[in-house]
Amino acid sequence: MKLTGSKILLECLLREEVDTVFGYPGGTVINIYDDLMDYPINHILTRHEQAAVHAADGYARATGKVGVAIATSGPGATNTVTGIATAYMDSIPLVVITGQVPTALIGNDAFQEADMVGITRPITKHNFLVRNINELTTIVKKAFHIARSGRPGPVLIDFPKDVQLDSTVFSYPDKVELAGYKPTVGGNARQIEKAARMILEARKPLIYVGGGAVLSDAAQGLRELAELAQLPVTTTLMAKSIFPSRHPLCLGMLGMHGTYYSNMAVTNCDLLIAAGARFDDRVTGKIATFAPNAKIIHIDIDPTSIKKNVRVDLPIVGHLNDVLQKLADKMKEQGDKVDALVERTHGWRSEIAEWKKAHPMKYTPSTSVIKPQFVIEKIRELTRDDAIITTEVGQHQMWTAQFFDFIQPRTFLTSGGLGTMGYGLPAALGAQVAFRDRQVIDISGDGSFQMNSQELATLVQYRLPVKIVILNNNFLGMVRQWQEMFFDRRYSQTCMELPIDFVKLAEAYGATGLRAEKPDEVEAMIKKGLETPGPVIMEFRISREENVLPMVPPASGLNEMVLAS
Amino acid sequence: MKHTISVLVENEFGVLSRVAGLFSGRGFNIESLSVAPTLDPSISRMTIVTSGDDQILEQITKQLNKLIDTIKVIDFTGHDFVEREMALVKVCAEEESRAEVLRIVDIFRAKVVDVTPKSYTVEVTGAPGKINAIVELLRPLGIKEIVRSGPVVIGRGPKGWKSS
Repeated sequence: MKLTGSKILLECLLREEVDTVFGYPGGTVINIYDDLMDYPINHILTRHEQAAVHAADGYARATGKVGVAIATSGPGATNTVTGIATAYMDSIPLVVITGQVPTALIGNDAFQEADMVGITRPITKHNFLVRNINELTTIVKKAFHIARSGRPGPVLIDFPKDVQLDSTVFSYPDKVELAGYKPTVGGNARQIEKAARMILEARKPLIYVGGGAVLSDAAQGLRELAELAQLPVTTTLMAKSIFPSRHPLCLGMLGMHGTYYSNMAVTNCDLLIAAGARFDDRVTGKIATFAPNAKIIHIDIDPTSIKKNVRVDLPIVGHLNDVLQKLADKMKEQGDKVDALVERTHGWRSEIAEWKKAHPMKYTPSTSVIKPQFVIEKIRELTRDDAIITTEVGQHQMWTAQFFDFIQPRTFLTSGGLGTMGYGLPAALGAQVAFRDRQVIDISGDGSFQMNSQELATLVQYRLPVKIVILNNNFLGMVRQWQEMFFDRRYSQTCMELPIDFVKLAEAYGATGLRAEKPDEVEAMIKKGLETPGPVIMEFRISREENVLPMVPPASGLNEMVLAS
Repeated sequence: MKHTISVLVENEFGVLSRVAGLFSGRGFNIESLSVAPTLDPSISRMTIVTSGDDQILEQITKQLNKLIDTIKVIDFTGHDFVEREMALVKVCAEEESRAEVLRIVDIFRAKVVDVTPKSYTVEVTGAPGKINAIVELLRPLGIKEIVRSGPVVIGRGPKGWKSS
């Protein structure tokens, strides 16, 4: 029996076990939307295509599955660009389906035509234009395979309207053949053996773990290796949830807003085991002074990440969880040497403990004005360990990374690579769709929140009980902080003077709005907010010129931190 | 340092722009690029001449390998290979210089492919150095137009790329 292209697409999604898609209809996808009514696929209508992609992204980060978003051609498709770029920078598996004008009109500047394959080429892992119905199933199969395998990433399928209407016999391929795409997953055995030797010989070893560890579900392998050899672990922003914050070996985040002790550990270590991390400039600071005394082992599924920014003594290409497990096994074979290592590195761990004691994460509390760090600490105390926290981008994001404890993997969803304001709310929406019964909290600033605040409507419509925390300082806080520190307090265009009534805004959408203006209101309000059914905005009027500290000024070394007073 | 790289890619829509976009997006330089299908019409072969230090070249080859459509990347640096480029040169050839043009064409085993009372169009093939040399000799006679293909390269010896 012949099926239309739009039905074939939906059949393919079922074969890929897609149960939820996020999207926004329009003229060139109207047939897909019509057929969707007959398929057991849950569709979440966001209020903006950008949010649909972020929601699919949040869904993917929270579940580990491929997120799917649909948008129409032209403006619908171009609105997905920020979402796609966000997913690309953080290696999130997505399949984004955009409608396209009929093939005969492509290139003719037709109504609502945009060259999506061209526009998204640099921000997708791969993209496709379906030029005829006979290649549709293979393209969808390839798209999902590419999105989820190797270093994951977003894949775009541009789907012209006439191909959606065309029909053919449906047959879904069992496997895909991509001559040039065969990611290395195993990790070279000799390299792993060499890495084990290097660790066993180290005096000041340190694991530096990145978002790749979350993507490859490497929590177990990482923990096994760290505990076996008593290796301190520092994480990037993207890896915050992979190693329990309260673990004795956990040093928290490194880099620009990392902990003093993480950055000192990096500066003083003699062996750095980089695992699923890419040496981003926000992590390394001035390259010349980054881990100056260390040999570097770099484990990554993506060969292009290795030696891109820093010299590497031992590269290992492979799936991180796999490689870490093998590495731990290899070391276990030499029990005596592991014991000797643990004994030898005792002093190193004490040295780190001293740094921790001398410069712990801290802030100056206040009884008159709400400190944002205090709000984060209270949320930490009052939420469950499996709560999913999303953030927007800015000061609140860094305070969350610094002061919240993450215990379970995939509980911290944040735009690390691209730094996308407006990410957190739709990502929380996606995560809440995936896990209806879990606590999902978007921690936001007043600036970032207003980038996608229309998604309140989506939360209310689908009864998604996301709690939104707005740390409101009436500033674009992080830019203001830079203006204070590096531009002589000239606050050019960072003051959001118009006082938005976020409580009324919540109510306008049919959600609940709460506001705290004094520190003694904070705890009770968080409790109330968490207990209130449905979506809730909790607005905290925080101290206006609070800074994110510690901080490594741009182009400085990690050991040149500005500390909290 | 100059490098000549062969990239075997799926002969698919948009592949050339993926490769070119990779170079421009990452600030790598393309000196020349030629592309055409291979014996297997589903595969195209690009010959790219680029330059950069070892670190840049490592990134270029890794990034090219990372493209889904890339089947193989061969950097010919340090290997024995045959390199050829073709140029078409339209050169002034009036009374006093016609014989001189023909002499040069003869020395370089080039070919005249179009003649007018005022010009010769010369076809020349060879390594880029040879083409540079003939261009330098023809330049004083007055070159009206020149088209160069950019080099294409193939490894020496009996093995083809599939078995190498």
